[in-house]
Parts: sequence; structure tokens; C-alpha cells
Amino acid sequence: MNDSTLERFQYDNKIVKYFGAATIIWGLVGMLVGLLAATQLFLPEANLGNPYTTFGRIRPLHTNAVIFAFVGNSIFAGVYYSMPRLLKTPMWNTMLSWVHFWGWQLIIVAAAITLPLGLTTSKEYAELEWPIDIAIALIWVAFGANVIGTLITRRERHMYVAIWFYLGSIVTVAVLHIFNSFELPVTFFKSYSAYAGVQDALVQWWYGHNAVAFFLTTPFLGMMYYFLPKAANRPVYSYKLSIVHFWSLIFIYMWAGPHHLLYTALPEWAQVLGTAFSVMLLAPSWGGMVNGLLTLRGAWDKVRVDPVLKFMVVAVTAYGMATFEGPLLSLKNVNAIAHYTDWIVGHVHIGGLGWNGFFTFGMLYWMWPRLFKTTIYSTKLANTHFWLGTLGIVFYALPLYVSGLTQFLMLKEFNEAGRLAYPNFLETVIQIVPMYMLRAFGGLLYLSGAVIMVYNMWMTSKQGVFQETEEDQAPALAKAYNPSGEFWHRAWERKPIFFTILATLAIAIGGAIEIIPTILIKSNVPTITAVKPYTPLELEGRDLYIANGCVGCHSQMIRPFRSETERYGEYSKAGEYVYDRPFLWGSKRTGPDLHRVGGKYPDSWHYHHMTDPRSMSPGSLMPPYPWMTTNVLDISDLPAKIRTLQKLGVPYADGFDQQATADYEKQAAKVVANLKDAGVEVAPNTEIVALIAYLQRLGTDIKQKPTATN
Amino acid sequence: MYKEILRSIDNIEIYPILSLILFLLFFVGMFIWVVNTPKAHIEHMESLPLDDDDAKINKP
Repeated sequence: MNDSTLERFQYDNKIVKYFGAATIIWGLVGMLVGLLAATQLFLPEANLGNPYTTFGRIRPLHTNAVIFAFVGNSIFAGVYYSMPRLLKTPMWNTMLSWVHFWGWQLIIVAAAITLPLGLTTSKEYAELEWPIDIAIALIWVAFGANVIGTLITRRERHMYVAIWFYLGSIVTVAVLHIFNSFELPVTFFKSYSAYAGVQDALVQWWYGHNAVAFFLTTPFLGMMYYFLPKAANRPVYSYKLSIVHFWSLIFIYMWAGPHHLLYTALPEWAQVLGTAFSVMLLAPSWGGMVNGLLTLRGAWDKVRVDPVLKFMVVAVTAYGMATFEGPLLSLKNVNAIAHYTDWIVGHVHIGGLGWNGFFTFGMLYWMWPRLFKTTIYSTKLANTHFWLGTLGIVFYALPLYVSGLTQFLMLKEFNEAGRLAYPNFLETVIQIVPMYMLRAFGGLLYLSGAVIMVYNMWMTSKQGVFQETEEDQAPALAKAYNPSGEFWHRAWERKPIFFTILATLAIAIGGAIEIIPTILIKSNVPTITAVKPYTPLELEGRDLYIANGCVGCHSQMIRPFRSETERYGEYSKAGEYVYDRPFLWGSKRTGPDLHRVGGKYPDSWHYHHMTDPRSMSPGSLMPPYPWMTTNVLDISDLPAKIRTLQKLGVPYADGFDQQATADYEKQAAKVVANLKDAGVEVAPNTEIVALIAYLQRLGTDIKQKPTATN
Repeated sequence: MYKEILRSIDNIEIYPILSLILFLLFFVGMFIWVVNTPKAHIEHMESLPLDDDDAKINKP
């Protein structure tokens, strides 16, 4: 091949600029919402007195905004910049690029509207309702098609390791999203999960864990392998190590999901599988971190002066910290301490603020001046951002570790009489309020740094001239290429479709071994005969519980520890959840567990507690829900809900959908009568009545003697 | 409780064995792959992000 066959082509910088801008705009929004949520945890007034801005709905808004809007757009900016340059060809289809861009932004807007309205499935990081789920799948396929098309039209024969990470991520996210989103619609805005109880929990955390892996980790590792060598101007420390890193990471990651469910009612074998593979994950994760850091060999002097490298070094270090902590947290004895406490929140923010946030900042500081053919407007401001961000992470995470441990120790403490030293959960919460204030301060520092970056990037773009396209040249790939004696892996590497199938197989094996046995469990057949489906009133109450995001602070899973059974009652059994669609085990206890709250207090207690939590529990951090006593619950879709659940196998009697409304009214009248006896007047069709009925039902089934039912 | 769930799965005993075999095969395969990769190829691959010296290593 000689120079005469060189082909000229142009890289599209405009799409990169748009994704980059979307990254910082949504990043600011997501962080701001996070700061609001953090403030609500020590100042309940910050819930602003309406359902839309109350913590239970703000928290999923924050997590979705930072994961899918901030980190998502950052991934796309990174991929659309690096992939064409690595493959020596423009992205395959400009039209698809723009469909991807605008489609993704529309999905984000849809999420920002529906989540505050309480339209949610309540499954963490998969909260969006089914029409948006379908839109996500379509846009993701458009992205995938564009990437595959680019691979087919490439001029570089071999795929660099960054592209492997991109491919692996695209395929796996698609698989995870589709499997976890199986749900049967009731209306346009409401659906019930196709899985129930234990199954739902396992599928959800198989998804949740791997969403962290394949949305927050592997795409960023791909970006690390491209942008870190670029910024340091030297090749990656060990390319062989990066091969090992890629394959072992994607292979092992998929097995580790159950570590989110240790000590729960999940079958023991699945818990052990989760722990074992989580510990193994340490090896590839640290291999990757070391590979990233050693790429800077002989360039550490640059790290001192270049803010891009500073951000990247802290990002890779935070990746190392979070991936060391992860296996540690999946050991059962450590998990017993950390689960449900702020430790977990601290852990994910080391990953979120440190790894994803800082790497995104580093990448943008590197990329932005290049897109505008200029230099960074102010290195000094970038350094200020770096230090504010670093301090922000420290102020964010450290108080949460202290808070998690403090609360654990208090909850576990027994006095000489053998009773709980702090029988009231609230006592332990009041103790950690100062930590919540410090955490919010850390968040404020981090956000301030990001605001400075926006100004810096704005000024950078103003002093430069935007290069809409960038020209490059490379020879076309020879059509017939069949070298003899080429070892098999090199042959695979230049066959993108085959390679993608291999990567899919690698993730599918772990996924299948974890998922298939669980699907085979006949959990729809109740193993506890006393467990009955929810009544229509309780079902509506449960859906209110879901819509208001109660699961964000209250678990429904009592672990088999003495400190928990003393505090909450009998530990939770898998058979109790067979009608829970979705499961509501929760992952964080800002308030006490509610699985056995049924019958613990009179109806009137719940009424007063929901209207003003502090009247019943002085010092409570729970937001008040006074509107629930007047809001009329729309139950027009009740028969449709019953029919949907029947289709999913819930044993309501035939024709029950027609009696459901009457049944609802009958039970509501009982609750209203109870409340009236306690001097509370409330209309039977209000939200509070349904919610109280649900709360009073919780965990009571197994207390009933089968013979006593008539 | 757990036993009840496990008993309800047919042929449960094959899962751990299957997992072990797949796992071993995967890592042995990967190890052979990495060890057998020629140095020239590695050098070409790792230079891909850095466009400067890419041209001279880039072979047709």
C-alpha cells in the first residue's frame, strides 16, 4: 500500500461538543438536586412542603440525573471523540448520532418530569416507567448500530482495547436493561414487575450491580485507556495487562450481583456466589488501576502542573479505592456492618464523585481546548476546581463513614439487662445529623468546583474557534486480508461482530448461572400458606408507598440478627414476598425497617405521624405528608390492576376485578371508623386511608394461625 | 427455608460444577491468548491512541 491510496475523511466534532455541553449542564442539575436531597436529611423543611420535591422522589431524580444524564453524556462524548480517531473513520451515520443525542436528552427530560410526579417502578436505577424503558432501549440500539457501523467502515484493522470496553458496555447494558425491565403495563404510567419477591430482588440487583459495572465502570475504563495515554503522551503501561483486565473484568463482574442481598431472604448459594466473585473482582480492578497509574511512569512531574492529569490520577485512585472497598463490603461480616447505613452512600460517592466525576472533568479539560483550537482559558481556575472537588470528596465521604459506623454500633448495643441500649431507631439518627450537615457541605464544595469549570470552559470556547470537523487521512483496509499463521486472538480482534458475540458470551455465562436457577425457583407457589395477596385497599396503599419513594429510606427486610429481631420482630422469610411486585426490600435505612410495622401502632398514630412526623417522634427527619389526608386517591384503574396481577399469577378469584372497588370501600370504611374512634375525621377515599391499610398489613401474615382464619 | 428453595430446582448439583469448568476454561484460554501475543502487534496496538508515531508502525 502506498500514499496514493490514502483516503481523506473528517471527524465530527460537533456531536462531541453537544454531548460535552450536555454532560456539564446535566451534571450541574444532578449535583444541585443531590445537594437538595442532602439538605433534606438534616432540615426536613427543605422538602418544600409538596409531594414533588419530597426526599423520596428527589433521591431517584438525583441518582438518575447523575448516572444517566451526567455520566451517560460524558460516556457518549468520550466515545464519539475517541472511537473515530482510533478507527480512522468518521462515525458511521451522522443522522444516527443526532437521533442518539436528542433521543437521550428527551429521555432525561421525561425522567425529570415523571420522577417528581411519582411515576416510578421504585427499582433502583431502573425507576423509569415502561414507555421510557422502551425509548431507552430504542436509543441504545441506535447508539449500538452507529458503533457497529463505524467498526465495519474502519480503516484501522485492529480494535484498540478502549473499543472492546465500549462494545462490552453497549451489549451488556442492553441485556441488563431488557431483562430487568420485564413488566406488565396496567396503564400508560403504571406497570407491575414480571418478577415477584425474591426473584425480583435478585434480578434487580443483578441489574443494579452490573449497571454500576457496565455504565459507570467499563465505558470509563475504555476512556481511561484512550484519554490517559493521550494526556500523558505515552502509551499505556501494559497492553497485555489491559487484555487481561478487559476479559476478566467483564467475565467476573456479572456473577457478583447478589452481594447486595447478603443476610436477606435470598437463597444462601446465591449469596455465597456473590461474595466469592466480588472478592475475585479485586484482581482485575486493581490490575486496571495499576495499568492506569503506571501509564504515568516518567511523567509524574507533569502531574504536578497539568490539571488534566491531576483529575485523572485522582479518578483512577478513587477507582482503586472503590474497587477495594467493594469486595471488602461483600464479605458477610463487613456487610453486616455497612448494609443499610451511610457507609454504602459514602462508598458509591467515592466512585461517583471521584472516579466518574473527576475523570469526566479531566477529559473535558483535555478535550475542550482541542475542539476550539486553543489552550485552556485558566489553568489556575482548573486547579482551584481540582482542590475544591478533592476537598468536596473528603468532606462528603468521611462523615458518612463515621455516621455508618456510629449508627451500626448504636443499633447493635445491648445493655446489661440484655435489652437494646437504644431501642428507638430515632436516637441513632439524631446522633448522626451533624455528619449529614458536613456531607452536604462537601457536596456544596464539589458543586462549586463544577460551577468554576463551566465558567472556565465557557471562556475557553469564547477565546477559541470551534473546529466543526477535523481532517485526517489513512489508507483504506485491503479487501482480502488473510495472513497465514496469525494467532487466533489477533484474528478475533479484527472481526468486530465476532468479537462482540464473544464478549456477550462472557457476560452471559455469569448472568445465566446467577439468573437461571432463580427463575426456576417456583416462588409463585407460596411456601407459607398464611401469606395472602394484598387486598385492593392495601394494594393501592402499596402503590402510594412506591410512588412516594418510601423505599428510599425504609427497608422491608429484617435480617436474622438479634439486634434486628429485638428491634423489629421476627426476621423476614422469602415466602412472605411472593405477592410483592416489585419487591420493596430497600437498600438504605434512614428510618427504621417497616417489614413488621403492621399492628405495631394504632391507625391514628400513623395518621398523625404522616401529617407531622415530629408530633409522634420528636426530632424525626422524616418529611411530613399532610396532603395525604385530603388528596383523593384515583382508583379508576383498580380493576385493571387486579387483572394485570391475575395475569402475572396472583391468585385473586375469577371476577374479583369487578368486586375490587366494593372491597376497597368496605375496608376503607373500617379504617375510617378506627380513626374516628381516635377522634380523627377523614374521608374514606383519601390517600392516607389506603396507606395506613398497607402499613398495618405489613409483615402480619405469618403471625396468623392458619386455623384461626375463617 | 433455603433447602426448600434449592430442592425445588431440578439438577441443582450441576450448577457448581458447570461454573467451575467454565471459569477454568475461560482463564486458561485468556492466559494462552495473552502469552502468545507477538510483541510487534502489542507495540502497534498501544500506539493507536497516539497519532504521532502511529504512521510509521502502521503496517498494511
